[in-house]
Amino acid sequence: MKIRVKDVEYVARLARLTLSDEEKDEFAVQLNDILTYMDKLNELDTKDVEPTSHAIPVKNVFRPDEVRESLPREPFLGNAPEAEKGSYKVPRIIE
Amino acid sequence: MELTQLTIHEAHEGLMKKSFSSLELTQAFYRWIKSIDSRVSAYLSLTEEEACQQAQGADERRARGGEVSELTGIPLALKDILCTKSTRTTCASKILEHFLPPYDATVVRRLRGSGAVFLGKLNMDEFAMGSSTENSGFGITRNPWDFNRIPGGSSGGSAAAVAADECIASLGSDTGGSVRQPAACCGVVGLKPTYGRVSRFGLVAFASSLDQIGPITKDVTDCAILMDAISGHDSNDSTSVDIDVPDYKSALINDVKGMKLGIPKEYFVEGMDRDVERAVWEAIKLLEQWGATIREVSLPHTEYAVATYYIICTAEASSNLARYDGVKYGHRARGCDGLIDMYAKTRAEGFGPEVKRRIMLGTYVLSAGYYDAYYRKAQQVRTLIKEDFDRAFEDYDALITPTSPTPAFMIGEKVKDPLQMYLSDIFTIPVNLAGIPGISIPCGFSSDVLPIGLQIIGKHFDEEKILRLAYTYEQRTDWHLRRPQLG
Repeated sequence: MKIRVKDVEYVARLARLTLSDEEKDEFAVQLNDILTYMDKLNELDTKDVEPTSHAIPVKNVFRPDEVRESLPREPFLGNAPEAEKGSYKVPRIIE
Repeated sequence: MELTQLTIHEAHEGLMKKSFSSLELTQAFYRWIKSIDSRVSAYLSLTEEEACQQAQGADERRARGGEVSELTGIPLALKDILCTKSTRTTCASKILEHFLPPYDATVVRRLRGSGAVFLGKLNMDEFAMGSSTENSGFGITRNPWDFNRIPGGSSGGSAAAVAADECIASLGSDTGGSVRQPAACCGVVGLKPTYGRVSRFGLVAFASSLDQIGPITKDVTDCAILMDAISGHDSNDSTSVDIDVPDYKSALINDVKGMKLGIPKEYFVEGMDRDVERAVWEAIKLLEQWGATIREVSLPHTEYAVATYYIICTAEASSNLARYDGVKYGHRARGCDGLIDMYAKTRAEGFGPEVKRRIMLGTYVLSAGYYDAYYRKAQQVRTLIKEDFDRAFEDYDALITPTSPTPAFMIGEKVKDPLQMYLSDIFTIPVNLAGIPGISIPCGFSSDVLPIGLQIIGKHFDEEKILRLAYTYEQRTDWHLRRPQLG
């Protein structure tokens, strides 16, 4: 087994996902199947192959740093679960 | 013929001749949607009041002799992954159930500018992750040809709505086949443009190096009309490419004489669906009869595409979906113990099973110790897959393949087996990895009377040749004129 329940728990912590015990068991089996399938790639020798991150060559794009009109703030804050005094509100971070 | 059965170009003609108004056309669609969509379930939301205003605006523009385009007053619908200003955009996810975008996606802004009417937002797999629309957080969509079958995915609502005459045409998005595969399943036309041809600004991100927006239409002419409207550079998307956009409608030439077509042998495998194999070969033979040259070609790394894709797309997704943290928009869990707990519970409550599975997989392949073995390896194999296509296009104008290995499968058939579901995109995924354009057009029916799709693949920024091939095939066959028997 490539993936055990404790690996699922570790990855879930990295991904910020709370999983039920049922989900952990199910993901352990399914991720194991999928990752085993992905081992197929090891049939290929890619020692000298450049990795592709974009199919089309992309380069950094600059634009002049000019003051432009921004979108209004209200519709953004209106989407927030909690907002106050023009800011997003989150649970206390520093004790 | 019912008004709802018209294509864009036919409806435009009717509007020009004043045979009907845009408002009458729009109202005809709402009447039909209200009688049929309880069975198809293509729509997540309808925007009737706004659409009628847009239609009236288009009628007034026409009446006073204002500038009109072929899209002025034409009722379209949008996959619910495209941001529409002040109109709910959910990505079929509970986590975005009440999201009201503060701006329009660039494609939406362009269509609005040309006077199009938006009927509503269409169902999809949650965050475009799926091949059947069964992963929607708000219910499944059914295939208009057989209500017990899936419409394909992830743009299943977009394809089903066009096939069931619930809109004239729609937009979808295609990361691994999500425009072409549902178009094939529903017997309509779907194009994935070259990566960078169409701005992704306002398209909710799934896998940013693969995502493209594409049209789903009743015929190839409508596809070209929508491509003309949505293509081109956008300063809000720095991956949209700043090169000239041709006039796609003038690429619609009914002639394929002398065109060199490659048939990739890896796309015709032992055990593939007999009806699909037969229909696609019949189409290839017709193209040959009409003067195209047909040769077998090899794309040797095809069998590695699905594994490569599911490493790259889940890695990108795990990063893109980190933004759903219950702070700036969307759902937030209650009763949490601090910030980290709030993130983790919010995401657990807001995401469906397939989205969680892909975030887990993507996080795993990017995690320390596995990055080289999976993510870097996949990027290297992506290079090999892209080089297969580069080599083929040195000798060929286009490649012809099936769009999907089978016609639409049964609802529930693959839900419990994610790997089987992933393999249903085997013929569409390589095109996204290489960033090249592909179109699916109807090319026949299975013995169960289910549509079969023909995929035509072109080289980078050569949508014109695949449109020409698709147009010629369509003009000389009548598959695209068949429609499902509904109410």
